[in-house]
Amino acid sequence: MTDILMPALSPTMEEGTLSKWLVKAGDTVSAGDVIAEIETDKATMEVEAVDEGVIEAILIDAGTEGVKVNTPIARLAGGESASPAPAKSEAPTVQAVTEDKPAEAAAPAKPELRDPEFPEGTPMVKITVRDALRDAMAEEMRRDEKVFLMGEEVAQYQGAYKVSRGLLEEFGDRRVIDTPITEMGFAGVGAGAAMAGLKPIIEFMTFNFAMQAIDHILNSSAKTLYMSGGQIKSSIVYRGPNGAAARVGAQHSQDYSAWYANIPGLKVVAPYDAADAKGLLKAAIRDPNPVVFLEHEMMYGLEFEIPAVEDFVLPIGKAKIQREGKDVTIVAHSRMVGFALKAAEQLAAEGIEAEVVNLRTLRPLDTDTVIASVKKTNRLVTVEEGWGPCGVGAEIAARVTADAFDDLDAPPARVHQEDVPMPYAANLEALTVPSVEKIIAAVKQVSYK
Amino acid sequence: MARAAKASDGTQGSNSTPSVNRNTSKDDLLKYYREMLLIRRFEERAGQLYGMGLIGGFCHLYIGQEAVAVGMESASIDGDQVITGYRDHGHMLAAGMDPKEVMAELTGRIGGSSKGKGGSMHMFDIETGFFGGHGIVGAQVSLGTGLAFADFYKQNGNVSYTYFGDGAANQGQVYESFNMAKLWKLPVVYVIENNEYAMGTSLARASATTELYMRGASFGIPGEQVDGMDVFAVYEAGLRASEHARSGNGPYILEMKTYRYRGHSMSDPAKYRTKEEVDDVKKNRDPIDHIKTMIEQAGVTEDELKVIDNEIKAIVLEAVEFAQTSPEPDPSELYTDVYLEA
Repeated sequence: MTDILMPALSPTMEEGTLSKWLVKAGDTVSAGDVIAEIETDKATMEVEAVDEGVIEAILIDAGTEGVKVNTPIARLAGGESASPAPAKSEAPTVQAVTEDKPAEAAAPAKPELRDPEFPEGTPMVKITVRDALRDAMAEEMRRDEKVFLMGEEVAQYQGAYKVSRGLLEEFGDRRVIDTPITEMGFAGVGAGAAMAGLKPIIEFMTFNFAMQAIDHILNSSAKTLYMSGGQIKSSIVYRGPNGAAARVGAQHSQDYSAWYANIPGLKVVAPYDAADAKGLLKAAIRDPNPVVFLEHEMMYGLEFEIPAVEDFVLPIGKAKIQREGKDVTIVAHSRMVGFALKAAEQLAAEGIEAEVVNLRTLRPLDTDTVIASVKKTNRLVTVEEGWGPCGVGAEIAARVTADAFDDLDAPPARVHQEDVPMPYAANLEALTVPSVEKIIAAVKQVSYK
Repeated sequence: MARAAKASDGTQGSNSTPSVNRNTSKDDLLKYYREMLLIRRFEERAGQLYGMGLIGGFCHLYIGQEAVAVGMESASIDGDQVITGYRDHGHMLAAGMDPKEVMAELTGRIGGSSKGKGGSMHMFDIETGFFGGHGIVGAQVSLGTGLAFADFYKQNGNVSYTYFGDGAANQGQVYESFNMAKLWKLPVVYVIENNEYAMGTSLARASATTELYMRGASFGIPGEQVDGMDVFAVYEAGLRASEHARSGNGPYILEMKTYRYRGHSMSDPAKYRTKEEVDDVKKNRDPIDHIKTMIEQAGVTEDELKVIDNEIKAIVLEAVEFAQTSPEPDPSELYTDVYLEA
């Protein structure tokens, strides 16, 4: 007898919905038969039987949500094959109905400080980063006819990461446009449409692919207002997941924060949670300037609370104190804010109170908030996913040492990706990226502990 | 003057198009003459100012190619857009930009169309629908396709005239753009100004196929080869292409066979071609001489032409004067136009 287990559809999936059984108790199945469909927040997958035999019992009903990976979902009685089914549990093989990418499920535990913009007591709702981004686009598309979304798989496929789910149905194929795989071409089309007064949202399946289009982001969008003496505006958002996902190797795991943050004429936004994602994407779409909006694949599936207000817009260029503390300032952006918060929690147990600054925007950089924090804590640790040399942390350290040198009790420390291309092997990958442990070590270094 | 034209309907090989009857009024002739002469005289002065150190950096002159910009402009209507690469002065003048503003931009003065912050390769004029002036070879092709996307999105009946050279024709994004333009039936006319040399490299040395009007064939985009030294041939082809694009049939390619008389830029001695080759084009194919002959045949006197010549000279001299007296941008302009207020 074999238990059929809820399969993991990616290395980081933790649960899913058992949407449909294609077999019932008593049915005979052969290896390779599709027995069920399982839905994650991104894709529907078919589950195949690995062994032959008779379905003895269905253990989880169709339609059950939140089924944890490795939960037994059915029991298979051994068939008449010479080799009896092994007595151990095994997960069936799965095959993607729609392509899927890994996502992370480990949410940070701590509730965060309210944004200063919203008064205490504002009602909150829970939403994933993915849906917050979708809602931001939908709300802005309802508000402004000139806004449209263009990119690979954004329409019929509902988004490679399901960020644009439902937009085609609401706005039609005039405003939600599937492109060929042609990054340089469609980035240029978007940049040209923006010059003509439209407000494109250009989605890159990941920012790794945007390197093919970076000429248009810089030369065609960022510089045109200046080169035209203020005549040609480019109100355009280039968005998509940036940074390292999981186990996708060197070419698919790069953080471009420092690259874009280097360019005058661009605004560069890197949201951490759902509130950042929604409030800042709405602001980015409204902004009359070109905005590079760096999302994070590993954050898409995470749920956070956001204020339940009608039109939730956050200011671009303002950092947020995500956690208050008096002993050390940890500056981070995007997914690394979560790492910094975890580190701060563990440090608190050791009596070190870390203040976590969520940059939210990389250009313009909110140096004032960082420096005010350092003046209080006298210690600085920067955290980023990208490489260290000429990175975001290097820039922050330079500004802090220039403007708050006398307030520093220790040289700033930087946590960043190791100076190598991203390795594939799980152990090497883990060694390469920033970690909570590395942040804690850096904090202790600047605290002389 | 019989000149061979070739065409591809985008689904099969080349064939010839019948020549079009030309019933051109004297006024039309003089208009073309005036506009082409303005470009020629303007560019000659620009070359002179460059030599005097008043224009810096790169300066790519349009001399020899005047019939392309002027003929195509005549085929456009209000609201249409023009976008091109770095050899852009002729297009700006043809689009109707003020020669003073263009020349002052070349000298980097506040009176320039971009307040002196763009330079020769980066000029724009929203009012006349001129969207640059782009220094990255081939980038304007995707951008021009985007202008056409905006026309399509707004359903405004306008067309984007997207110019590029024989050199840019080998850039990958040109074909990415062709694909999307045809896929979505965008109203764009791609005008390839084939002046035979991409900087110092002749077309034959850089292109596996030299019939550039056929470059859209694999996307089903019709193309024509046009005598780009004959302003009427350009105009007529421009009308056909515009009509095609404007009526929802998608993109159209015009390969303009033309020639630049000067080097690629001011610093190019153009050793890659013989003096005889250049002289031969100047003597036998010059677009302004061509129309001048027609004008004389139409019974316009030498004195009438002289009046126009003097007018043009005065306009150009006024531009030169303005470009030297307009002040340099105030240092406070350094930090303007980087961002718009959100």
